[in-house]
Amino acid sequence: MKPQTRTALLFASPWFIGFSLFLAYPVVASLYYSMCDYSVLRPPVWVGMHNFRNLMKDEVFWISLKNTAIYAGMALPLGMATAIALALLLNTKVRGMTIYRTIFFLPSLVPTIPLAVLWLWVFNGEHGILNEVLRRVGLPAPNWLSDTAWSKPALALMALWGAGNAMVIYLAGLQDVPTEMYEAAELDGAGWWARTRNVTLPFLSPVILFNGIMGIIGTLQVFAEPYVMFPGGSPARSTYFYTMYLFDNAFIYHKMGYACAMGWIMFLIILVLTLVALRVSEKHVHYQGG
Amino acid sequence: MARSTDQRRQRHQWLVHLVLLVLSAAFLFPLVWLVSTALKPIEETMRQPPTIIPSSFQWHNFRDAFVYGSDKLGYIPFLVYGRNTLLLCILGVAGVVVSNSLVAYAFARLKWPGRDILFAATLATMMIPFPVLMVPIYGFWRSLGWIGTFKPLWVPAWFGNAFSIFLLRQFFRTIPFELSEAARIDGCSEWGIFRQVVLPLAKPALAVVALFHFMYTWRDFLGPLIYLMDQRTFTLSLGLQFYQSQHGGTQWHLLMAASTIVVAPVIVLFFFTQRQFIQGIAVTGIKG
Repeated sequence: MKPQTRTALLFASPWFIGFSLFLAYPVVASLYYSMCDYSVLRPPVWVGMHNFRNLMKDEVFWISLKNTAIYAGMALPLGMATAIALALLLNTKVRGMTIYRTIFFLPSLVPTIPLAVLWLWVFNGEHGILNEVLRRVGLPAPNWLSDTAWSKPALALMALWGAGNAMVIYLAGLQDVPTEMYEAAELDGAGWWARTRNVTLPFLSPVILFNGIMGIIGTLQVFAEPYVMFPGGSPARSTYFYTMYLFDNAFIYHKMGYACAMGWIMFLIILVLTLVALRVSEKHVHYQGG
Repeated sequence: MARSTDQRRQRHQWLVHLVLLVLSAAFLFPLVWLVSTALKPIEETMRQPPTIIPSSFQWHNFRDAFVYGSDKLGYIPFLVYGRNTLLLCILGVAGVVVSNSLVAYAFARLKWPGRDILFAATLATMMIPFPVLMVPIYGFWRSLGWIGTFKPLWVPAWFGNAFSIFLLRQFFRTIPFELSEAARIDGCSEWGIFRQVVLPLAKPALAVVALFHFMYTWRDFLGPLIYLMDQRTFTLSLGLQFYQSQHGGTQWHLLMAASTIVVAPVIVLFFFTQRQFIQGIAVTGIKG
């Protein structure tokens, strides 16, 4: 072996261990476990496709999948639109941008429990501040936390508050839009919206695609907030999400094989959605210089 | 004509400011309410209509939050959760900086067989959801007898992670290769180039990786929930939950005071480092 190669491998060695131990091995093992009856306490027993067949017949599995799909359908587009809008607003070179940027990013820093507690308090049907405001302006004040129709929108609304994370990535992407393009468009008499539509958004499209895919992966894994705010997916399992059921299967019922099968179905769903996103984006995403 | 464009632009600026102010109010409001509730007397937390500014500022709520429940059996001081969280943050951040800078150096500035394939594989793994990996990793820690200890929460940080490797590699590649060549001609070893040429220039990127991990560990809920059993080892994010359920008839003002104490450090940290934070994300060049 060449000495340079040996040095390089030495530098990379932590990742050889990390990659094999915390990625490659778990992926292979979880695929194997998904076809086993496995409780951690005893060695796994091969059962073939049994877990997957049972999942197809499992009512709770379908409920949790449906809940997650509905939630993602609300939270993902709303969150992306909000993050892009915030980034575009902050990119207009107004004064005090660093202060605004900090304000919009702050919520992304709040740990789960204070976040959940805070929002339980905001959404409280009787003395919650949100309903207080809604009543003042004459809008209906739903029971966000105990009405099955409103528990998922409440969580989606709450997720909106964390849009600052994606906003920062959009802002970074916006720094790359060449200013000459704006100047040229402005000389041609293009207004703000025309410039945004024809210059900014095309340049931003690869970042939108990236954030979209990351958003799909993140939103489908929603766990901590509903886990703390809605114990057991209350009311009436309307907030019992996929990862919550997976977690319960693994660590409450000790059906680890079943949980792994759920994990793999989730991975397949993410894979399909990502491929669809890539396919759909082909026509709309513009890469610089290519 | 130039004048009318100027006027239009000024009007436009005012409009943007107005929209931003309204949005800022919406984004800040829950936090303002958090702090406001933390300072209220207990009877005021339920008052209708709610008050934004407390009728009297109960600063002792913060002290009370620290010692609340100390007369009860099995009492765990809030400070213990804080110490545990800080310990995990320090061990994790040190590991993430050391391991990822080494690995990213190999990916960015050295040639070796299989490099590009492993890098592509590393990026692809970012798509794998954690629930897929959760059970085997848990089983692995269990076989080592590490469940209930801090180790599963900080040891992996010493073996690299895909996102940090990616971020640091992008940054390392922006450092001129001529610098390395010059040092090599001067007889500098690869380790010397890494330590004396590349690392000093990569400080902003290392700071970003460190910050990301600090904030991740400070916020992490699922990890401690899976691995920690004994209340004595709980982190702040887990301890607060215990705090809420333990004291029947939630003491909102104390819970909010405790939450404020947990939130404040990360906000202060972000405030002082936000420039680097944003720049660090910019260098990843996510745009494809």
